[in-house]
Amino acid sequence: MSEAKVMGSPSLSAAGGSVPLLRARGLRLSFGFTEALRGIHVDVHAGEVMAITGPSGSGKSTLLHVLAGVLVPDHGTVEYKQVRLTALDEAGRSRLRLGEFGFVFQYGQLLPDLSAVDNVTIPLLLAGTKRREALRRAEVWLERLGVAEHSGKLPAQLSGGQAQRVAVARALATEPAVLFADEPTGSLDSLAAENVMLALTEAARATGTTVVLITHDPRTAAYADRELIVRDGQITFGGPTG
Amino acid sequence: MYSVAVDNTTALLGLLGTGASHGYDLKNSYDRWFGMKKPLAFGQVYSTLTRLSRNGWAEMVGEEAGSGPDRKRYGITSAGRGRVQEWMFTPEVPSETLQSNLFAKTIIALLLGDPAGRVLDLQRAQHTAQMRELTREKKGAALETVLTCDYALFHIEADLRWIDLTVSRLSQLRAAVAG
Repeated sequence: MSEAKVMGSPSLSAAGGSVPLLRARGLRLSFGFTEALRGIHVDVHAGEVMAITGPSGSGKSTLLHVLAGVLVPDHGTVEYKQVRLTALDEAGRSRLRLGEFGFVFQYGQLLPDLSAVDNVTIPLLLAGTKRREALRRAEVWLERLGVAEHSGKLPAQLSGGQAQRVAVARALATEPAVLFADEPTGSLDSLAAENVMLALTEAARATGTTVVLITHDPRTAAYADRELIVRDGQITFGGPTG
Repeated sequence: MYSVAVDNTTALLGLLGTGASHGYDLKNSYDRWFGMKKPLAFGQVYSTLTRLSRNGWAEMVGEEAGSGPDRKRYGITSAGRGRVQEWMFTPEVPSETLQSNLFAKTIIALLLGDPAGRVLDLQRAQHTAQMRELTREKKGAALETVLTCDYALFHIEADLRWIDLTVSRLSQLRAAVAG
């Protein structure tokens, strides 16, 4: 049984000193007979851009979902700002994700009937920001990501790279402490991928946002400060020892 | 085109690590794994064994009656084993000659029962560190610098693909080495 089912939702406190912002120990998670994670330890420090790489099926996306509190491991713990994320219930983890985390996926997952700027306002409106202020902040983020001129366009009118930059603007608009990006350049050509990664890492570094980046592409991983390699559900390089 | 540039001195020493051997058997073992394009000359094997002995990395462990260099059997010393370990777990600087030497390190690690995956992971880390450096260099640089860095990045990426594929084939390779 996961700890999330037996404990409440403690309040969050700021990370201090060299304590990692995110700290995972002994993560194990199986889907049926498949062991996706087999005893993984990870430290993510505040402000760093960390890439998790590995071949398809290595467990890297599962690891991201566990670190972000989307999935609960069968065994092991995840601490965020020294609070045990794996001890929060679903509602607690959901609140944490909304308030502290941002997400970008391989396909930007923009809402097709909303313009670029309206897409960026969504998480701000959900967080209670007034519409006028949400629109102003959305425009600022589109500018920062270099896609301000496309703010009125629908997702279908954007190139893949432009749509991904809008998705990054949407993820960063609420100024999350951690941005989780799962194959953000997976569907892009080399130049578009470069533009997305440049915009993403510059915006994250300018705002002190920590980035956990999942990618199988070494050129995308090269934008990170460091890299962890996952193979067969285990960290084979770059992880803490325990 | 990648050229063949195995560090044959240390590769021979590594092969010696699998057990004491005559020069003839060592040469055959070397040619099997690394001499596809350029087999070692007998003379080179004997001169290498002499040099390895002088350095304290190998030693003569037996001499049979008769004449000729192949009457001598050589074994690896503990210092020699240390030298092989150092070589194996020191990643190569990414270059055009990398692949052959990395292949040799991987094979020797498998033959000696050392962690071959770690050899490849260390090399991968060396490559990705250089990719991060080149990526930083591109930021705000003139277009010609960007293009030069791109050229290097794509070449390093090709090495990485080979490394990743070799990691995926390690079990198969381990079986081939054991067979």
